[in-house]
Amino acid sequence: MPSFVNPDKCDGCKALDKTACQYICPNDLMVLDKNKMKAYNQDPSQCWECYNCVKICPTQAVDVRGYADFVPMGAAVVPLRSSDNIMWTIKFRNGTVKRFKFPTRTTPEGKAEPAGGYQTGGDIDSLALFTEPASLGLDKVWSK
Amino acid sequence: MKNYTTVEVDTDLLILGGGMSACGAAVEAAYWAKQNNLKVTLVDKAAMDRSGAVAMGLSAINQYVGLKDGQNTIKDYVDYVRNDLMGVTREDLVASIARHVDSTVHLFEKWGLPIWKDKDGGYVHEGRWQLMINGESYKVIVAEAAKNNLGADNIYERVFITEPLMDGDKCVGAVGFSVREEKFYVFKAKAVLVCMGGAVGVFKPRSTGEGAGRAWYPPFNSAASAYFTIKCGAEMTCQEVRFIPVRFKDAYGPVGAWFLLFKSRATNAMGENYMETRKAELENWGPYGKVKPIPANLRNYLGMLDIMEGKGPIYMRTEEAIANIVKSEKDPATAKKKLKELESEAWEDFLDMTISQSILWAATNVSPEEKPSEIAAAEPYFIGSHSGASGAWVSGPKDIAPAEYFWGYENMSTCKGIFCAGDASGASSHKFFSGSHAEGRIAAKAAIRYIVKEKPAAPSVKADVVEKLKAEALAPLKTYEDNVNKTTQPDVNPNYILWRPFMQRLQKLMDEYAGGVTAQFTTNESCLKRALELLALLKEDSEKLAANSAHELMRCWENKHRMYQAEAHVRTVLFREETRWPGYYFRADKPKLDPAWECFVNCKYDAKNNSWEMKKVPIKKAL
Ligand SMILES: Cc1cc2nc3c(=O)[nH]c(=O)nc-3n(C[C@H](O)[C@H](O)[C@H](O)COP(=O)(O)OP(=O)(O)OC[C@H]3O[C@@H](n4cnc5c(N)ncnc54)[C@H](O)[C@@H]3O)c2cc1C
Ligand code: SF4
Ligand code: SF4
Repeated sequence: MPSFVNPDKCDGCKALDKTACQYICPNDLMVLDKNKMKAYNQDPSQCWECYNCVKICPTQAVDVRGYADFVPMGAAVVPLRSSDNIMWTIKFRNGTVKRFKFPTRTTPEGKAEPAGGYQTGGDIDSLALFTEPASLGLDKVWSK
Repeated sequence: MKNYTTVEVDTDLLILGGGMSACGAAVEAAYWAKQNNLKVTLVDKAAMDRSGAVAMGLSAINQYVGLKDGQNTIKDYVDYVRNDLMGVTREDLVASIARHVDSTVHLFEKWGLPIWKDKDGGYVHEGRWQLMINGESYKVIVAEAAKNNLGADNIYERVFITEPLMDGDKCVGAVGFSVREEKFYVFKAKAVLVCMGGAVGVFKPRSTGEGAGRAWYPPFNSAASAYFTIKCGAEMTCQEVRFIPVRFKDAYGPVGAWFLLFKSRATNAMGENYMETRKAELENWGPYGKVKPIPANLRNYLGMLDIMEGKGPIYMRTEEAIANIVKSEKDPATAKKKLKELESEAWEDFLDMTISQSILWAATNVSPEEKPSEIAAAEPYFIGSHSGASGAWVSGPKDIAPAEYFWGYENMSTCKGIFCAGDASGASSHKFFSGSHAEGRIAAKAAIRYIVKEKPAAPSVKADVVEKLKAEALAPLKTYEDNVNKTTQPDVNPNYILWRPFMQRLQKLMDEYAGGVTAQFTTNESCLKRALELLALLKEDSEKLAANSAHELMRCWENKHRMYQAEAHVRTVLFREETRWPGYYFRADKPKLDPAWECFVNCKYDAKNNSWEMKKVPIKKAL
């Protein structure tokens, strides 16, 4: 069942303007059952286990159970993503638990500045892309 | 039938796809468009924040040349790519990407991507060309910069592109449908930039149950780029050069860090290292058996030979690699600290881009320092941006391209005004994520220049053309509705075929006759001809695809797209009468490298007559 939803935790994203898991799934798998107001994965065999539905769910209702045709039962890999880092908890079948924390970005969310602070310019006929040559750290773009 | 309304969108440059190359295209095009009062529109079948091959994240930047610090030259990179592809490479295109890629990487860093630094502030390399990153949010960050430049109003998400919009034999945009609302979209444009990724699911995957979605390359890249350019009548190249990655078995976790960073070996069941025991085999592959690093497909091939001889499984010797690293530290406290760091790096490699591998290791109680883990060749994929080369045949840049490879605007296909980047453009492998982004930028600037200089007329499309395309796009919904009540079980109906059995039929025939997993990646002329017969029948039956929802409609179209990629592949493998990439496919009836075939094979589809033209194209040096 790759990604699955815990019905006790899913509130159907009632308070949001969109269903978060349905919005993000790159393979259009998560759907909201409007009668029950609970989400589900409509086709587990097409799931990439990319965890985007897991990471985005505001109530942590989504989890992943490894592919049944080659993954033994009993493991869990659970992310907790904040604005600049992600914490992973890995539970082994034999009970071992490992935790890892990694940074995810160095700028505030939403603030990526397209030109990256580099000088822009040049003209449409030149070889230089809009931030070049500054963003190359060179005087000019290499040419033959 | 459902009540789909038609929405027409007029624009100057239309970017198809929202992945890596499309994000590069968007950030660049938006800048030049503002200067020239032009409109740029982007369409993605998913949400840009997490669409395409990098949806999950990545743990390395695979192409960084290091020009500013004099680490490598453009020629170094071109030599590396040409050798890895057994000589079949467009040097001009590879050089074009290589001269811009560092600029893109520096932008990634400014946008907020954490790139590992050493104590002197330099980038930490995984290998000669690879940089280590904390890449969980790679796609989010890159999409953010693109969206910030392009503006939300110019972006259409959850719109699936089905077909090119043709005015006679000229492509003037694209059509598609929303998978969220009952809307049929007609995008009219002066230039189109194709960035819809490569293809997974053309061949049968190793896991056919619930794990079918666990392809190495994402299941949602389903040959839309190839279909689009083939249907436009663009010349296609390297359609035979599929990619088969060797990865940790079943979950397809990355091996790059283990081989490059941790200096691990791979050995067979007898403890033999096939790279040593089978060294002599390399002599059979011309100059390419002698280059360093050994081409990816030849490394694959040596391992495959072990498997075929019954010497599997092949193991990544993680325990040995870790022991060696610890041994190299004299002080036990430092060794312990080092081990801890390594463990974290190894897990991050999986957690950043193949989380399934972490689940598999946890579920099978793997401690890499204690025991080795199996690696295996995955199934074949079409990914021109990585170690494959399939894609459209595009113009090179004026200052580098030989005359034969130049027709005005870089990255323009042989169809006027249709540009390609990333997996969509061929014969320029090893651009990966950073190079695809850079190529998107190159193509976008060229496309804007094309619009400014050539001043193509605003397209006008007749209403009956639009109606016809709409009926075709939505046909599976109608077929379902018209026939579903003719049997008591909707899955089995002699009047239609649902997407899943259609996909499985395609995958089975490709697997068995075109050299998939169960055929040990081996094929021959008779098998390929049989594949073509079966593909012709499948193509006829594609008219009977049926869908009960917008989601299923998308699946129908994805598989129609895959079918064209399959046909281009089979025809090209058949045409090239030699074996050049033995670790990607093996022609048992033409088992050797033949210098007479040191050339590109290009093909072109004629939609009116449903016929293909195949040709040899000479390889010209550019540097
Ligand atoms: C597991 C994995 C690991 C990798 N590791 C690395 C690495 O470590 N370093 C590195 O540099 N590179 C790596 N790569 C390669 C890199 O991800 C690709 O080279 C790059 O993403 C290609 O860019 P693209 O724009 O061609 O395709 P993508 O980024 O895949 O974008 C395709 C886009 O097209 C859209 N689309 C598809 N079909 C349609 C349609 N019909 N209508 C509308 N939109 C559509 C998709 O939604 C998506 O937005 C890896 C790839 C994978 C899969
Ligand atoms: S994101 Fe979470 S809470 Fe919202 S619908 Fe999905 S599972 Fe339910
Ligand atoms: S894990 Fe990824 S592919 Fe699977 S349902 Fe969630 S978002 Fe979709």
